[in-house]
Amino acid sequence: MSADIPYKDALSIAALIREREISALEATEAFLARIEEVEPRVHAYINLAAERARDSAAGIDRMLQKGQALLQHRYAGVPIAIKDVLSTKGFTTTCGSRILENFVPVYDATAVERVSEAGTVMLGKANMDEFAMGSSTENSYFGPTSNPWDLERVPGGSSGGSAAAVAAGEAPWALGSDTGGSIRQPAALCGIVGMKPTYGLVSRYGLVAFASSLDQVGPMTLNVPDCAALLGVIAGHDPRDSTSIQQPPMDYLGSLSSEVRGMKAGVVRELSSEGIEPGVLDSFKRAVEVLEGLGVSCEEVSLPSFSYGLSAYYLIAPAEASSNLARFDGVRYGFRTDAEVDDIWEMYDRTRAEGFGPEVKRRIMLGTYALSAGYYDAYYAQAQKIRTLIVRDYGRAWESYDVLVSPTSPSVAFRLGEKTADPLSMYLSDICTIPVNLAGIPALSLPCGLSEGLPVGFQVMGPPLAEQKLLDIAYALEQALGFDALPPVASAGEVA
Amino acid sequence: MGFETVIGLEIHAELATESKMFCGCSTDFGGEPNSRTCPVCLGHPGVLPVANREAVASTILLGLALRCAVTPRSVFHRKNYFYPDMPKNFQISQYDVPLTSGGTLSMDMEGYTREVGITRVHLEEDTGKSIHIGESGRIHGADFSLEDFNRAGIPLAEIVTEPDMRSPEEARVFMQLLRATLEYLGISDCKMEEGSLRCDANISVSVDGRPGTKVEIKNMNSFRSLFRALSFEEERQRTELGLGHEVVQETRHWDDAAGVTHPLRSKEEAFDYRYFPEPDLVPIEPDLEWVEELRGRLPELPRARRNRFEAEYGLPGEISAMLTGEKALADYFEEAVASGQDPVALAKWIAGDLVALLNEAVVPIQACPVHPRGLGELVALVAQRIISGKMAKDVLREAFETGKGPERIVREKGLAQIEDEGELEAVVDRVIEENPDAASDMREGKEQALKFLMGRVMKATRGKANPELATSLIRKKLSP
Ligand SMILES: [Zn+2]
Repeated sequence: MSADIPYKDALSIAALIREREISALEATEAFLARIEEVEPRVHAYINLAAERARDSAAGIDRMLQKGQALLQHRYAGVPIAIKDVLSTKGFTTTCGSRILENFVPVYDATAVERVSEAGTVMLGKANMDEFAMGSSTENSYFGPTSNPWDLERVPGGSSGGSAAAVAAGEAPWALGSDTGGSIRQPAALCGIVGMKPTYGLVSRYGLVAFASSLDQVGPMTLNVPDCAALLGVIAGHDPRDSTSIQQPPMDYLGSLSSEVRGMKAGVVRELSSEGIEPGVLDSFKRAVEVLEGLGVSCEEVSLPSFSYGLSAYYLIAPAEASSNLARFDGVRYGFRTDAEVDDIWEMYDRTRAEGFGPEVKRRIMLGTYALSAGYYDAYYAQAQKIRTLIVRDYGRAWESYDVLVSPTSPSVAFRLGEKTADPLSMYLSDICTIPVNLAGIPALSLPCGLSEGLPVGFQVMGPPLAEQKLLDIAYALEQALGFDALPPVASAGEVA
Repeated sequence: MGFETVIGLEIHAELATESKMFCGCSTDFGGEPNSRTCPVCLGHPGVLPVANREAVASTILLGLALRCAVTPRSVFHRKNYFYPDMPKNFQISQYDVPLTSGGTLSMDMEGYTREVGITRVHLEEDTGKSIHIGESGRIHGADFSLEDFNRAGIPLAEIVTEPDMRSPEEARVFMQLLRATLEYLGISDCKMEEGSLRCDANISVSVDGRPGTKVEIKNMNSFRSLFRALSFEEERQRTELGLGHEVVQETRHWDDAAGVTHPLRSKEEAFDYRYFPEPDLVPIEPDLEWVEELRGRLPELPRARRNRFEAEYGLPGEISAMLTGEKALADYFEEAVASGQDPVALAKWIAGDLVALLNEAVVPIQACPVHPRGLGELVALVAQRIISGKMAKDVLREAFETGKGPERIVREKGLAQIEDEGELEAVVDRVIEENPDAASDMREGKEQALKFLMGRVMKATRGKANPELATSLIRKKLSP
């Protein structure tokens, strides 16, 4: 029985536990066993929380036995993977960095608090590019994660650990964070569903900041209903986050509908032509045809400012990061250099030189430069103008279209090491996802097929707070496409 | 050469809000180091700031008191630099869009009024406090440093003036008036010694109308050191200029013990702060209704009260300025006036003996053992000639030391003056009899003999003789 549990979606597991078909502890044990089996090949987690998970699962079982499960424990006993960028009270939170290798937070992120209130059981902290900077999870201090579809390939990033965990059956669902595509791109490369909600819909409190004006926590799941369910858990106003939107709670799952006839979709020309792999483009175009078959009218639309999105992003995000990461200085917590130093300035220098990896240093330098006296207007201020243009381009598009669509990633999963020597080519992996963050709008990626045996992601973007519409379209498309392929790692236990 | 000194001030006042600027920690002074901290003010990974509405209200109130305009939409910026007392290695401050700007503060100097332009009043967060262990006492050359973050995140109002002051004295008066203003508004503790009110200055000396080079002075921890530091610096720059030297644009540190300023090492100051809008906070957009409500809460401010004291009570300007310079002192005065005694006499007693006693005992007026009613009693006793002015000084001291009311002291000690002419005449007669030489001198018109005889009368009555009555009796009896 329990061997069948991995690859069941989260809602099914929740139902099994609710119906007392299995216990919460059995569900957790099933995933821990699965992790033990595939983790040596996948490396989706930085730190496993096995004992803690067993304890909390057993606690939930006791509660269920006494009939004390509360209404809020909607997903009691369902295991979950948490990207290691979210603060977990009493459990190491590294952000994939040496500088926080042994850092144990004293508080829970709001999103973590909410999934825990919903009764979920944290299995561990998922691997990621250091401080969420990267598109392949190769920038983790703790080593890369492999793509369950091809262990020689990257899972995408920066939420590569979360995506690989779900794709490899090491967790039914996961939380990720998305600053320029960090949920959607790995979801696409690992063949799962991932959503970046509207900026401000999910509290950022406890999400270790990369680029504050772009970061957003979101769900990474096996399918669209799970995505709607998990979004419903984590969304909602939080007084601890000033940028949090005042919005009444939504029941995305309860409202989920595949009735999308009559909707209008714009196919973004700038994101679905040049620079997109032919295999990806084919798969994407077939999905667009399926969408039309569902009664969604699709036509090409041009959003010219998108061509500048990547450049603007690589000024704004590093600028904010250079400031956000200044607190990692060896003074109060985290890693501090062992070297003999003459003064505090040298302590700062050595600690940060030894504690941060090359990509983080690159972005801190980029951002510091972009904000420097004499360059601010030429770089940071200019990038903000592009951001405004992108917001306007989207705004115009919403006058004619319910949603916009594009491939999520210009390519399928690339080989480990293929792009590490060339940061620019790595940055291009996020070309389709970045404009969404710059505009603060919601977007979702769902698998739409395979190209050369690897998953292709289909991105749906919508106006602010149009999460329900995105989920509905994705749900309809998911059912119509019937994508149910499993990665080879699912049955490759004996191969390794 | 025609020298003119030009001074501008940058003042930081800690706001006396219940909680810190961006978290719920208490702002109380003096807790165990790091006891008033939380993940937010310690800059833990992932935390976010939430602006304190009360601090915004206090800053707007101050802006309004300084006749500033309230910005409809102002933003917080990050000021980036590394220093161990700053948990995030950036300070949340305001940059090009402050909460309020463009005001004035008028101050009455001797014989003229000076209008000082207020460039801006903005809101920011305080840093922690470092204690550097090692010979230097500064971060350079320290063996190690200790950090206390209790102060980190306490709201600070920053007040920047235009370079409108023309002397160290004007700068001192400005600071005193600003402190009084903060006090009247009830938004700051204003303790320069505890660091809740801090001041940096820019000073330059122009020569024949040509602007001079600005020098920034830091570390002035009292009104006195502000005055001394600026006087020193004014003199130093004039000397340099007189010798034909250039004044170097730099930041200088005031050494209070040595009484000199010296240049700070450039490394401590050579920062490019890389300001950019704080993405974790939304802009502050105070609605008009709220601003008007705050305007309605503005109390009578020091200068208005001073003018009223002069007009209503006939106080001399200097005493009026002194009393209104401290809200509690002015309140004390008005409570004493309620006793119905002469306001001028009351004001003089407060400004003179009472303040001297308070200073001597290092007691604030709020804790004064002499009740304002008691001061009224004292003035009444003198007015009714029950005790002399000289005796009143002693009675006040005793009232201050024992907390007893002046009437009670006079009663218990039998200090009432001898007002009875018959009783006093007997004493005068006896003194004349015992001092024939002095008596005859007096008869010959030698006025110094009067002093001697009065002394004898006072000695004989243990100081209780009504001096005017005694004098007139002596004169009557020994007229030439
Ligand atoms: Zn705090």
